[in-house]
Amino acid sequence: MMPDLEMTTAQQPEQKQQLQPKFDIRVQHADFSLQDVYQQLAATPYCGAVVTFVGLVRDHPELQLQALELEHYPGMTEKALLQIATEAAQRFDLKAVTVIHRIGVLAPQQQIVLVGVASAHRGSAFAGAEFIMDYLKTKAPLWKKQHDANGTAWVEAKASDQAQQQKWQ
Amino acid sequence: MIKILFFGALRERLQCASLQMPLNTPCAVSELLNQLRQQSALFAGALADNNLLCALNQQLCGTEVLVQSGDEVAFFPPVTGG
Repeated sequence: MMPDLEMTTAQQPEQKQQLQPKFDIRVQHADFSLQDVYQQLAATPYCGAVVTFVGLVRDHPELQLQALELEHYPGMTEKALLQIATEAAQRFDLKAVTVIHRIGVLAPQQQIVLVGVASAHRGSAFAGAEFIMDYLKTKAPLWKKQHDANGTAWVEAKASDQAQQQKWQ
Repeated sequence: MIKILFFGALRERLQCASLQMPLNTPCAVSELLNQLRQQSALFAGALADNNLLCALNQQLCGTEVLVQSGDEVAFFPPVTGG
């Protein structure tokens, strides 16, 4: 067993290791800097396109939203996000993927989520970023609780998010 | 023993984030759900929801999957992140 293993390691060209996609997955209370993430993605070797998406806490004129509270499943949320990112990287040949999801109490207009991808071309970068968001919405264990003028309520899952995710299958 | 976790609206309704349960022989998640429903009217009501998702050892799973001693099982409502 051992000689095989050593041979595999020795034969692996250095260039091939560089081409493995880079993943940066974070679930955190703290805010994030789009600029920092962009710079990190833009430094990815052999990439010609970076697409980033930022989701914000959205208020509505009739709602008077005070805050959104985000709960996660420590351990599983990170794993689920990495699985989604890995699947997207394979499917769209992404060179780097960053996913940051915030948890805790967030005020209207604050940043909740960031998905950033680096790829050789724009088509795969756009598609990869959208794929990750659509899967995140339906597969990653995260739950929103709404605090507004009427009190508090858990946000219900939307059938439209499910439909959006299923279009990739 | 197995560890059972609840999240979101389900956790709040049950007023329970986690519990430990003895498990002598492997059983399906559906069987485990039945046992949990028998704990109290509160559990029976909250766990009657067909939309609930479950995860075995932090992987989404179906209710036919077998649970073994040492496993971590989680139940939660459809997710609403992003």
